[in-house]
Amino acid sequence: MYQMKRPWIWVAMLGRMVLNGIKETGTLALFAIRGFINIFYPPFYWRIFWGSLLDIGYLSLPVVALTALFSGGVIALQSYTGMSQYHVNSAIANIVVLAVTRELGPVLAGLMVAGRVGAAMAAEIGTMQVTNQIDALKTLSTNPIKYLVTPRLLAATFALPFLVLIADILGVLGGFTVSVIKLEFSPEGYIAATLNAVKPIDITIGLVKAAVFGFLIALMGCYHGYRSRGGAQGVGAATTSAVVAASILLLVFDYLLTDIFFAK
Amino acid sequence: MNQPYPKIRIRNLSKSFGSNYVLRNINMDVMKGTSFVIIGGSGSGKSVLLRCILGLMAPDSGTIEIDGKNIFELSYSEQAEKLQEMGMLFQNSALFDSLPIWENVAFSLLNGHRKNQPRANRAQARKRANRVLKLVGLDANNIEDLYPNELSGGMQKRVGLARAIASKPEIIFFDEPTTGLDPIMGAIIDNLIVDCVKKLGSTTIAITHDMASAQRIGDQVAMLYKGELIWQGEADKLMYSDNPYVHQFTHGLYEGPIKMEIKV
Ligand SMILES: Nc1ncnc2c1ncn2[C@@H]1O[C@H](COP(=O)(O)OP(=O)(O)OP(=O)(O)O)[C@@H](O)[C@H]1O
Ligand SMILES: [Mg+2]
Repeated sequence: MYQMKRPWIWVAMLGRMVLNGIKETGTLALFAIRGFINIFYPPFYWRIFWGSLLDIGYLSLPVVALTALFSGGVIALQSYTGMSQYHVNSAIANIVVLAVTRELGPVLAGLMVAGRVGAAMAAEIGTMQVTNQIDALKTLSTNPIKYLVTPRLLAATFALPFLVLIADILGVLGGFTVSVIKLEFSPEGYIAATLNAVKPIDITIGLVKAAVFGFLIALMGCYHGYRSRGGAQGVGAATTSAVVAASILLLVFDYLLTDIFFAK
Repeated sequence: MNQPYPKIRIRNLSKSFGSNYVLRNINMDVMKGTSFVIIGGSGSGKSVLLRCILGLMAPDSGTIEIDGKNIFELSYSEQAEKLQEMGMLFQNSALFDSLPIWENVAFSLLNGHRKNQPRANRAQARKRANRVLKLVGLDANNIEDLYPNELSGGMQKRVGLARAIASKPEIIFFDEPTTGLDPIMGAIIDNLIVDCVKKLGSTTIAITHDMASAQRIGDQVAMLYKGELIWQGEADKLMYSDNPYVHQFTHGLYEGPIKMEIKV
């Protein structure tokens, strides 16, 4: 092979990385589009859809609920220790409800679901890929994207807002519990302050974020699973990539969406 | 001479993985309503050849015509239609491990894209699955609600076979249909394959390592060696071929031109 001078090797490697990145993004975008537009072409596989909806929406409830409960509580605790010197206790309810509905609810629920569901999707589809089950789908005249990916994308997009709504409620409840029991606030005062601070628009934007996160989590799970190669090791690697990529994408999109909706 | 046009016509098909040249310039014709058997050593590329014909793997060069149409020039929907007419038994069975046996067998009736045919309802599909399972010698009533991992390897193979023939496809591919079965069950399966050809008028291509089976099911036999079809002929001439490679292979002789690459 042609030997390049040292500095140029770095340029070549950088170039290759950029090209690979572009190629990867293109493949992913194509995959997402194929997964999405199949919604409009029958048949739609309702069984897979309901199964995933149940798995994501219902079976994630305990994880998401506990996360939200304790995060709400810890916010209350932290803001109390941080602000007790200013004697503005009523602000705690305010901080809790804003933090939970705007950020913590969607992001924490999203991250928990990414770990739980994104990994499971990647493992399941990855196993199907390496054991020829996806090829078998094709020979049984079933479009694997339509059968495996489309219902999951849709289910996750619907399930996450629901989970986040629950997380919002439980997060506030966590803050309430800590404030009333540990910090000895009056329950009526806390509730009044919360109702005063909560804005429907915050909740709505949180739910929109949640829908986007749900789509991204399922997309990463399906995409990395679908591309698995090799055996058990390949599936393991796909699972890891799915969770890592989903988590990072989720935080990036969280920033972008916040920038669009809140920064005016 | 006015010969009928072959159902499957392969010309100059080549496929390599990196420097591993698996198929080199394969030419073969399979007539409608006949059974074609491919024999050859382990790793000689038999499964790859089937995958290419099914369109699951893209060859490097060459053409594959089915009903006179090159499958690589078909539109996406035409390709889907072609696949609808094909069934495949995978070497590892590739059953859907998240579905019960009967749904595996009835999969294409329940989920497949079937032009001009309404999709079966679940009761009908179940009945059909039950019938086909009995056809492959399984105790349908007892196993149809089990999952693939609850069956023995040979039983899984027969479920895979049932799944491949359930929609009565025009072309059926069998990758080692009798491997892992006891001799009597092997004979039953051979009979079943012959029936598919005779009664359904299907065209079949089967891979086998069993010479008795090759003679029972095959009209034509071809031997693949180092990526080339070194011999083709009628099944009843197989055991009397004067080709030294074929002779050694079919009689399982240690001495001969084929040297197994075993380093001691
Ligand atoms: N996806 C793949 N990637 C790389 N190499 C492959 C792939 N599939 C098959 N091969 C290679 O192609 C060759 C032929 O494989 P193939 O599975 O067709 O063998 P076979 O004739 O079916 O053998 P057996 O009788 O053991 O099933 C092997 O050398 C294998 O390593
Ligand atoms: Mg094989």
